[in-house]
Amino acid sequence: MKANLIKGSCQVIAVFMLLFSLAIHGDQDVSAQSSLQTAITNLKQGSMAEREQAINQLAENGSASLAILQALLDGQLFTLKTDMTLVIGVDNNQGYDVRDALTGTALGAMDRGAVNKINLTNKLRVSLRRTIGQLQLTVEDPAIRLAAVKAMGNEDDESVLALLKARLDLEKDATVKQAIQVVFLLKDMNSSDKSLRVNAIEALKNQNSLDVVNRLNAMVEKDEAGNFIETDADIRNAAKAALININTRLQLYSSAETVFFGLSLGAVLVLAAIGLAITFGVMGVINMAHGELMMLGAYTTYVMQQLLPNHLGVSVLLSIPVAFVISALVGIAIERGIIRFLYGRPLETLLATFGVSLILQQSVRSIFSPLNRSVATPEWMSGSWQVNDFLSLTWNRFYILVFCLMVFLLLLQILKRTRLGLEVRAVAQNRNMAKAMGIPTSWVDAMTFGLGSGIAGVAGVALSQITNVGPNLGQAYIVDSFMVVVFGGVGNLWGTLVAGFILGIANKFLEPFAGAVLAKILVLIFIILFIQKRPRGLFPQKGRAADS
Amino acid sequence: MNRISTKLRKLSIVAMVAALTLAAGTVRAEDTIKVGVLHSLSGTMAISETTLKDTMLMLIDEQNKKGGLLGKKLEAVVVDPASNWPLFAEKARELLTKDKVSAIFGCWTSVSRKSVLPVIEELNGLLFYPVQYEGEESSKNVFYTGAAPNQQAIPAVDYLMNDLKVKRWVLAGTDYVYPRTTNKILEAYLKSKGVASKDIMINYTPFGHSDWQSIVADIKKFGSAGKKTAVVSTINGDANIPFYKELGNQGVSAEKIPVIAFSVGEEELSGMDTKPLVGHLAAWNYFMSVDSTKNAAFIEKWHEYTKNPKRTTNDPMEAHYIGFNMWVKAVEKAGTTDPDAVQKAIIGVDYPNLTGGTAKMLPNHHISKPVLIGEIQDDGQLMTVWQTNTLVDGDAWSDFLPESKPIIADWTSPINCGNYNTKTKKCSGQKY
Repeated sequence: MKANLIKGSCQVIAVFMLLFSLAIHGDQDVSAQSSLQTAITNLKQGSMAEREQAINQLAENGSASLAILQALLDGQLFTLKTDMTLVIGVDNNQGYDVRDALTGTALGAMDRGAVNKINLTNKLRVSLRRTIGQLQLTVEDPAIRLAAVKAMGNEDDESVLALLKARLDLEKDATVKQAIQVVFLLKDMNSSDKSLRVNAIEALKNQNSLDVVNRLNAMVEKDEAGNFIETDADIRNAAKAALININTRLQLYSSAETVFFGLSLGAVLVLAAIGLAITFGVMGVINMAHGELMMLGAYTTYVMQQLLPNHLGVSVLLSIPVAFVISALVGIAIERGIIRFLYGRPLETLLATFGVSLILQQSVRSIFSPLNRSVATPEWMSGSWQVNDFLSLTWNRFYILVFCLMVFLLLLQILKRTRLGLEVRAVAQNRNMAKAMGIPTSWVDAMTFGLGSGIAGVAGVALSQITNVGPNLGQAYIVDSFMVVVFGGVGNLWGTLVAGFILGIANKFLEPFAGAVLAKILVLIFIILFIQKRPRGLFPQKGRAADS
Repeated sequence: MNRISTKLRKLSIVAMVAALTLAAGTVRAEDTIKVGVLHSLSGTMAISETTLKDTMLMLIDEQNKKGGLLGKKLEAVVVDPASNWPLFAEKARELLTKDKVSAIFGCWTSVSRKSVLPVIEELNGLLFYPVQYEGEESSKNVFYTGAAPNQQAIPAVDYLMNDLKVKRWVLAGTDYVYPRTTNKILEAYLKSKGVASKDIMINYTPFGHSDWQSIVADIKKFGSAGKKTAVVSTINGDANIPFYKELGNQGVSAEKIPVIAFSVGEEELSGMDTKPLVGHLAAWNYFMSVDSTKNAAFIEKWHEYTKNPKRTTNDPMEAHYIGFNMWVKAVEKAGTTDPDAVQKAIIGVDYPNLTGGTAKMLPNHHISKPVLIGEIQDDGQLMTVWQTNTLVDGDAWSDFLPESKPIIADWTSPINCGNYNTKTKKCSGQKY
């Protein structure tokens, strides 16, 4: 009742606002206002074509509609189910904080069910982005202006060009100014004035822009009869020279990109394998449930996000220690419950841990359902660092690469500097001697296994950010992990690191030529051949301990 | 060592006894009509197939509430082929010989269907297959209630070509029979429409592929050649999340390069972070968001049955809904559950689908369906942006592949063949 009253009064205010604005634009035609009204109605109820019209009408209204259009693009524009008022709603995790779109009056928090979202299609989104771009050319923030110029990009529309031209004279920011200049230079490349064209090509050859590459490529293309489409030889030669210039840079950036892809794939492999390097490498236990321990880590991230729905970033960071503890505890339980009875019997350990992996998978299926769970990526991990048109590095991969190195260094320090590390190394080298020196070997076994499992859990947190969180997550990585450990040399952490990166980079360099399927096969064949030659891997353990 | 193995032996005996008693429990008096449900409840495909098992149980339950069939109650026999293709064949044999089911509803992947095919033909059973597939098959014993390529892939490409003016095409798929065949058909179709080979990029990835960096970078490069580009994706369920995530992260938005998917539905979307997916497309014959009274009623029943108001419905569920009800109608028409009689009776049977049309069982064992194209919304639903005016008849043998162009399937007299060559006027003799 009260809510209705508020809404009612808001409408009254809205009407007053309208009247007020009418009074200001006294000399303007009243029909402008009514067309705005129809635009709003069309936006609310019209078909997609009518919505597009409405967007254009709103754009003519100038920057006053910018908030509405931006909200529409961001998916924050709604109508109230009760009386079709146009509102902007900001997600507050329980529902929406709603304010009237026309007047800006806050209407308080509302349930998700109380509003209908105004949907968009791709076509509308494109035209909306362009429209907003035009309105945003005068905004304070240069980054927004730059995006606006890019959104208007290859427009042939005269009015847009006029807008840009006007902006060019006013623009203070160098990058934005350059972006606008590029737009005009690209236009010049198709002009009828030859000197203008040559100049444009000359000016553009130092630009790292795909648009430029496309235009230049079009200039040196032949038609079906084998004749050049571009008839002017001077222009063709200028374009060719410019292309050579650009292509060298393009090549350079694309190799840099491939190396980054390889390193990031390698980082994932290393993360998945490093826990195994401890349990398999140091202890000699073939743990087929290693992948499922990673899966537990990934599910921990999911649960943490459910517990802290408002703090995506914090929940992911918190998941790291929590996942470590959970996976480590499960690992210790597996060691104490099963593996400790099977030391020295690798085949039986393999079968038993394979059974454990199936049990873990099916229990996750029963608890969380067989469907994948959606784990959200925090804002700072999505998107990419766009160096230029030719090179962009994705943030999530970048962070995982850094994270992988941190985990590796930490683990190395634990093994080198702590008492536990000392004991682990001692037991790995000579169990009986260690026992004789008073080291509680069975306790060390449990702790080592827990450490390896915990690292697997931490890897799971990282994996949740790039792949499916589902019962099959572990299976997808177990083969790769073993491959990395065996290739790197059993019992050597550095070997695991180097092997992971080598395999990652090799895979990524092979992929463009061989395709993803064949690349994997080739890498596998390479490893088989390598193991034939050097059965102990890249960095074999040396000394008497290794021979026993 | 000995102690453990005797313990294990004892355990396994207990387990076997338990399994036997369970099996005995399912064998009941003969006054029921048995319906086999052959969907994986464990393993990789459990993600998609468990929902279909629940759908079948709901449909059977509902039919029983209406008084059963031919005066008898229906009884579901649920088996778990565990995403293991040979096990599908074994379980199908078990259903037909031991449980003597009147019809089987099941399978998801094409390879599981191909594995069941010889068994079902040998024992003359009935299989209702509810998933969109690559075509090039029509068995006497199988009813294909999912879409054939001409009911999904071809209209989707038409939409991209005519409405979005797409000029360059990426055909990306998982490396197995459905994407390979579909892409072969699509490639032939695109070329027949005048698309040059250099404007088509074909890419295959292994099952569950998770590192999409270089492929997405390639797509981005391919798409930045100044012509409107779209990706036609036959990428299988699990590989999709990392694929879309990578697209989002590398800044390939639906506005620049739209991706149209044939295997991503509401169910798969419910397990994804939908933010990077908004605006990408999917082509199906049913969306949960379709506004019709039948659909609303179906969704309500589904929520009631699963006691979960958030469960989604999807296209293969609708296919089972149509298939099951067609089978019921055919059995009533024939007055018996005898496979031969039902096979004859079911051709021509029609049943209202959930999107407001009426599906009809055609002589080639496929059904007529509307084709819908939807854009993914941030709530994980698909909003229809385009649909066919009329229902499209499923075509078993594609007209766009030279080798299957003259071939038709017709299980009515006088042809009675799933593989009939209209030029040589011969049935190939193959059973399918």
